[in-house]
Amino acid sequence: MVIEYLGLQEINGPLVAIEGVSGASYDEIVEINVGDKEKKIGRVVEIYGDKAVIQVFEGTENMSLVNTHTRFTGHPLEVSLSPDILGRTFNGIGQPIDGLGEIVTEKKVDVNGMPLNPVTREYPRNYIRTGISAIDGLTTLIRGQKLPIFSGNGLPHDQLAAQIVRQASLGDSSGEEFGIIFAAMGVKYDVADFFRRAFEESGVSSHVTMFLNLASDPVVERLITPKVALTAAEYLAFELGMHILVILTDMTSFAEAMREVSSSKGEIPSRKGYPGYLYSELATIYERAGIVAGVNGSVTQIPILTMPNDDITHPIPDLTGYITEGQIVLDRAMNGQSIYPPINVLPSLSRLMKDGIGEGYTREDHQDVANQLFSCYAKVGEARNLASVIGEDELSPLDKKYLEFGNAFEKEFVGQGPNENRTILDTLDIGWRLLRLLPREELDRINTKILDKYY
Amino acid sequence: MTKTGKIYGINGPVIYLKGNTGFQMSEMVYVGKEKLVGEVIGLTRDQTTIQVFEETSGLKPGEEVIATGGAISVTLAPGIISNIFDGIERPLHEIAKSAGAYISRGVSVDSLDATKLWKTHIVVKPGQVVDGGTIIAEVPETSAVVHKVMIPPDMEGTIISVVADGEYTIHDTLVTLRLENRKTVPITMTQRWPIRVPRPAHERFAASKPLVTGQRILDTLFPLAKGGTAAVPGGFGTGKTMTQHQIAKWSDADIIVYIGCGERGNEMTQVLEDFSKLVDPKSGNPLMDRTVLIANTSNMPVAAREASIYTGITLAEYYRDMGYHVAIMADSTSRWAEALRELSGRLEEMPAEEGFPAYLASRLSAFYERAGMMRNLNGTEGSVSIIGAVSPQGGDFSEPVTQNTKRFVRCFWGLDKSLAYARHFPAIHWLTSYSEYLTDLAAWYADNVGAEFVDNRNQIVAILNQESSLMEIVKLIGSDVLPDDQKLILEIARVIRLGFLQQNAFHPEDTCVPLEKQLKMMETILYLYERARALITMGMPMSILKEDTIFEKVISIKYDVENNALYKFDEYKKAIDTFYNKVLEKNG
Repeated sequence: MVIEYLGLQEINGPLVAIEGVSGASYDEIVEINVGDKEKKIGRVVEIYGDKAVIQVFEGTENMSLVNTHTRFTGHPLEVSLSPDILGRTFNGIGQPIDGLGEIVTEKKVDVNGMPLNPVTREYPRNYIRTGISAIDGLTTLIRGQKLPIFSGNGLPHDQLAAQIVRQASLGDSSGEEFGIIFAAMGVKYDVADFFRRAFEESGVSSHVTMFLNLASDPVVERLITPKVALTAAEYLAFELGMHILVILTDMTSFAEAMREVSSSKGEIPSRKGYPGYLYSELATIYERAGIVAGVNGSVTQIPILTMPNDDITHPIPDLTGYITEGQIVLDRAMNGQSIYPPINVLPSLSRLMKDGIGEGYTREDHQDVANQLFSCYAKVGEARNLASVIGEDELSPLDKKYLEFGNAFEKEFVGQGPNENRTILDTLDIGWRLLRLLPREELDRINTKILDKYY
Repeated sequence: MTKTGKIYGINGPVIYLKGNTGFQMSEMVYVGKEKLVGEVIGLTRDQTTIQVFEETSGLKPGEEVIATGGAISVTLAPGIISNIFDGIERPLHEIAKSAGAYISRGVSVDSLDATKLWKTHIVVKPGQVVDGGTIIAEVPETSAVVHKVMIPPDMEGTIISVVADGEYTIHDTLVTLRLENRKTVPITMTQRWPIRVPRPAHERFAASKPLVTGQRILDTLFPLAKGGTAAVPGGFGTGKTMTQHQIAKWSDADIIVYIGCGERGNEMTQVLEDFSKLVDPKSGNPLMDRTVLIANTSNMPVAAREASIYTGITLAEYYRDMGYHVAIMADSTSRWAEALRELSGRLEEMPAEEGFPAYLASRLSAFYERAGMMRNLNGTEGSVSIIGAVSPQGGDFSEPVTQNTKRFVRCFWGLDKSLAYARHFPAIHWLTSYSEYLTDLAAWYADNVGAEFVDNRNQIVAILNQESSLMEIVKLIGSDVLPDDQKLILEIARVIRLGFLQQNAFHPEDTCVPLEKQLKMMETILYLYERARALITMGMPMSILKEDTIFEKVISIKYDVENNALYKFDEYKKAIDTFYNKVLEKNG
């Protein structure tokens, strides 16, 4: 028997409260019929006695205390899944918005997912070639990794993500199936459109599933968007055995939405007004990348976040960095010098890189070259600081060489065309060419044997 | 009769029961139809507050909550070592068997295998009077660890019967004990112990032996004592986890408890894979045979994350009671503190600094004080050392968790972002780090490694400090204008940084270095310094000294001299002499 509750007790921002409820369960989905014209979906976020607090995904516009019928569905938010979702576009809570009709399937999956047991995970080791030197060479992306792009407003993170998608040779070993899940949270229409066009141009549209919550769409909806997208990704990867690349943009909007809802719930804020559970919430999203032992597929995540005021210590990038397996950091100063992609390699990192490169994966010298480039480029910073105090002319010959190396490194190694697709050997060879600008005794991170062979 | 209550309110991992339920504080409860595990964290006359260690989606008001009568406890018996548990001691392998790849809710599995037969050797006789802690049987648990079955700490009496040596499960009676009140109790291999209560010991000693880790910057510069406490703070990507892994792999502890508290799932998988493959250099057994993993990854329920630290230390204390030296890696205590904050926020407690609850400091101190070198109840000596990673927000060490931790640990290994950016690993900064154990351990180093060890160490530190103040000048005017003796200090400091402090965890020889080699390396570097300084005093410019490759040669000692080929150091001494004579001849 389905009971409908008439009216509401309270409306506060995206939250509504109903009293006199019996049998509501925590986290279940409710359907709210607003004045017989509109149907909204909400989620139970708090229960106290017979009072249930509900978060309404579509926002509470047009709702009044009397014009609603609320029905408790008895289950958490579910999404319909079938192989047909590839090539389709959905809204932030998984309803089709491309006019091609509902997904017809028996399969409905709880979007909250469950934590993957560490003993059933497989440690990721296969690298993904992106064709971008700064990534392949220094912060190698590994299949099953979560590697976010830390960016700022106005920086070309979207172009970079699109280039990765275009060039990532996911399919090039033995014709394995690949797919892309694109989840937009609170992004501008233009951004979503840019990605759509980019997917079309590179001919991968039929492998892409898009979940769009644009900036103008309801705020609460974007809290659920990444979960819906990742549920779809897990299905494609672990049930259909596909290799899935998930792009989540922009995680900052997601966190902002969380703060907004938390504050209307009257919760105690922790850092910068974000709720205390921001870390746990971000973790339940990022940790859904990986490989399950004995299953063919994988979920690789590239979340994009714009650092407020370019501040990497802001809670959102900070907590993200503690969960993800590295980060790719874009830099405004490099962008200002028209270096594309403007990746600042020093704070960038890939934690899984060490196990997926080297002999048998890329080339024996990869790790050493990467370490040496990092170490030399760090010295370039020191030389530049010195030059800014005493002037370039006064520098020692060695420091001058470092300056030369630094400029060449930024232009030739990091910098490349938006359509340039370099092989890993190209990347390493460019690295060696740059290292040869420096005297051999400065190369202290490279094994003597490798130095003999390549220097 | 079991006490029960009914769910009234639900807010994330926190649930409320109405009325006076008669539950006890910290009591373990089963919540709802699925019997989710929970703990009582607040009691008033008309409301009971419970934190639930599992996801609460789908719970309804009115569902039953059953009290268990005991505090949240762990099961202690053979089968712990080489296992991997979640935050409340549920074995993840067993969960995977019953629930598949994902951890679903309400999985009911025994902490330890109750059917496995363990080869048991009884070491007590009927008639013997025994106290709490007395070892009654020995069970080979893994190739590396002999499990010692003990009388629970709170019991004493006379043994009236024992079983013959043989194979028993953890629930079979091994010994029957008559207590003072004439009651008889059967003693099995199994004990239960509440995780928030420290296990008692006879007395605590001062630190006197180092925990040798094979990591040069730790063993030589900032040593940790067995039974000591250390904090490893660092922003993301600075190598906290790597440092913890290295210590877990190579330290000379008998048993490692590795707590992955709110960290990455792939990291735990990596530990599991690596430690099963790697072999302990000392015993030749797989490292996993002396390791317990507690994995509560960041996406697992937050309340269990809070408990995981206590579960880990209780397991460690249990093995300490057997006379083992146990080292705990807690990665990361910040995640634990954040779990406290998250739960505190849900309880609407008054926040203190940065939203952390005001009891953060007292909880931290209670945790770190459970470390120590102890004389156990049974007279054996054992220790628990704690190495806690701290993930400060924004890499800023002034935040509450780092600051409060600093007050309670005696060893501080500060990781530095700029070192990590330059890929100088381990990125432990020699200027911000310290160890208060140095003086306590000086005697041990003198007796066991070499009389001049501490003296050499101090010289190395002094050179690094001089370098740092010289760098202030260099930053302003460049290094060319420095006098030659100061240029030499910079050069030697470079040798120390690259050749001694930097250590390559992926290099088979360099990943773990014995103390003798660490001493020899210091001696060689200091000898080079002494000879070079003699040349400088004679008026030789630094540029001539640098024409020789001797500095580079000393830097690569770490790779070129194998750990078992310390005789090669004599050649380096000769090479330094040759260098000295050559420079002198050419320019003298």
